[in-house]
Amino acid sequence: MSQKTSVSSDQSTAKPLAAGRHGERISTLISSKRAKIDRQIGLELFRDMTLGRRFEDKCAEMYYRGKMFGFVHLYNGQEAVSTGVIGAMKRQHDWFCSTYRDHVHALSAGVPAREVMSELFGKETGCSKGRGGSMHLFSQEHHLLGGFAFIGEGIPIALGAAFTSRYKRDALGDASSNAVTAAFFGDGTCNNGQFFECLNMAQLWQLPILFVVENNKWAIGMAHERATSEPEIWQKAAAFGMAGEEVDGMDVLAVRAATQRAIKRARAGEGPTLLECLTYRFRGHSLADPDELRAEEEKQFWAKRDPIKALEKDLTSDSLVRADELRAIEKEIDAEINDCVEFALAAAEPNPKELTRYIWAED
Amino acid sequence: MAGTLLFNALRDAIDEEMARDSLVCVMGEDVGQYGGSYKVTKDLYEKYGELRVLDTPIAENSFTGMAVGAAMTGLRPIVEGMNMGFLLLAFNQISNNMGMLRYTSGGNFTIPTVVRGPGGVGRQLGAEHSQRLEAYFHAVPGIKIVACSTPTNAKGLMKAAIRDNNPVLFFEHVLLYNLIEELPEGDYVCALDQADLVREGKDVTILTYSRMRQHCLKAVEQLETDGIDVELIDLISLKPFDMETIVRSIRKTHRVIVVEECMKTGGIGAELIALITEQCFDELDARPIRLSSQDIPTPYNGKLENFTIIQPHQIVEAAQQIVLKGL
Repeated sequence: MSQKTSVSSDQSTAKPLAAGRHGERISTLISSKRAKIDRQIGLELFRDMTLGRRFEDKCAEMYYRGKMFGFVHLYNGQEAVSTGVIGAMKRQHDWFCSTYRDHVHALSAGVPAREVMSELFGKETGCSKGRGGSMHLFSQEHHLLGGFAFIGEGIPIALGAAFTSRYKRDALGDASSNAVTAAFFGDGTCNNGQFFECLNMAQLWQLPILFVVENNKWAIGMAHERATSEPEIWQKAAAFGMAGEEVDGMDVLAVRAATQRAIKRARAGEGPTLLECLTYRFRGHSLADPDELRAEEEKQFWAKRDPIKALEKDLTSDSLVRADELRAIEKEIDAEINDCVEFALAAAEPNPKELTRYIWAED
Repeated sequence: MAGTLLFNALRDAIDEEMARDSLVCVMGEDVGQYGGSYKVTKDLYEKYGELRVLDTPIAENSFTGMAVGAAMTGLRPIVEGMNMGFLLLAFNQISNNMGMLRYTSGGNFTIPTVVRGPGGVGRQLGAEHSQRLEAYFHAVPGIKIVACSTPTNAKGLMKAAIRDNNPVLFFEHVLLYNLIEELPEGDYVCALDQADLVREGKDVTILTYSRMRQHCLKAVEQLETDGIDVELIDLISLKPFDMETIVRSIRKTHRVIVVEECMKTGGIGAELIALITEQCFDELDARPIRLSSQDIPTPYNGKLENFTIIQPHQIVEAAQQIVLKGL
């Protein structure tokens, strides 16, 4: 225990940068290779990120109003990752695998907001028919392999989807089988065995998979630097002979460019990539988290890097779009979110007579 | 026609199903080039190639999860637990994802997978290699559990398990791989949910599974000479139990003994007897008897190991007691 005390006092007295090493890393990161986009893509990225942000804000409101229950983990601040990665992939063709913080990945993958909100309200119209809840969003139609609530357990699932792509191509001779799987997880997961085991197998078999680490520095209350011997997660790829890349996770164009490079390799049969996105969650771990450990200065540091504001600045300063067009999108999003809440509130709950349905494949 | 060894019956089943359906694949430790630690996948690597018979690194939780992901996206994987005990390391993937995911996904995905391998108490393999995981996995929702016991049912059940669209935990027994028997001709399957009425009788029902079937058969021979007429049922399906067959038998004999290799506490027999007392309490003329392994890690010493699991003479004594003394 004495060692633990000395570590924490070291941290409090050393005071490097307000945001610590995580902040230093993003400050010194050079995003030289950002994606070039046209006006249409720019609007789509803005729309997707805004939908994610406002959907989550509405979730918080609904939770505090007692409409939503259980553990609810919001994605605010990390939108550039979901939009940057999924937006660079093919929806309903590629596969996506998420964690307990899965609402926005589901939305980016194309699951309708009505279905996601219904699921959070436990309704039959939810994408998991009200059986899954916030941490277990699934959609076969939209190739969402799931929200997985235990740390690391989604990575082998994603590996299996990538294995299927290769199996169909090389064992069954289907040359059109080129789906890539994106597995999303956080910094805390990178100390778990399934992360290392799956990196090994993915590289060994050259599977078409993209490991996306959303390094938001905090695993609930465990700071990344206190949990890992090597905080630069992307460097762990080298141990497996895998391509690894560090990217500004608050910059959707940087994430998009890195994803495009990784997807190109994966589709060409050139194997997996470990992509570490440096990001930050603007809210606590879940809505039940008192969020007492993160310093105000640190939160301010990251708030200044709000990925949606950054994209707006990019789009308007390049004169790709006008600010009033973005305001119009925000209005549309607000209407969509109000609609999905109304829809979910009015939707039927699952029929208790169907309590045991979906246990078996035939049912 | 020469008989077929049980491990070859399993091999034939997998071979035939892989030939029948190109989505069927095998993954696990040493299943490929090595042919499986008990040779259940011998020569399949050469026949079907390295992707369909995939040698995995020693990473049970991850390759089991990979099978789930592959099943969700269209394949029909068979996972081999080199020793079923190793699958304790895959408990999370088997429970959370293989078993529960279809339900939590509201029916979005199906998980057609078979997890198979050798379990049970062998000959002085030590505690970790002598486990009976069927009881540990029994409470997991969404999983079927079967235990084969003869070459004939091994082949028919394996084929049925591979064709089933649900996850099936398929227990083989290390000491049964060399059982030999002539197999039925042609393509046949055995129902995954039906018990096998091994011997009809009127005095007492003995319920058993896996290797204990052999011990029970030995006991039945002895009991015949004592004039005790045993109805012997091999459960085959450990989840769900074939309660129809079981209850029908107890209505006839009014006495029941469960003979199992798993430990007594929280065992298969515990659940079975609870169900029997719930469903046909009034039919019982004597208290049900459970003959189970001792609640201890299986010791290495051969003599102690024999005392850990049930022996035929104990089955004989229990049957004599319940039939002759009505106790």
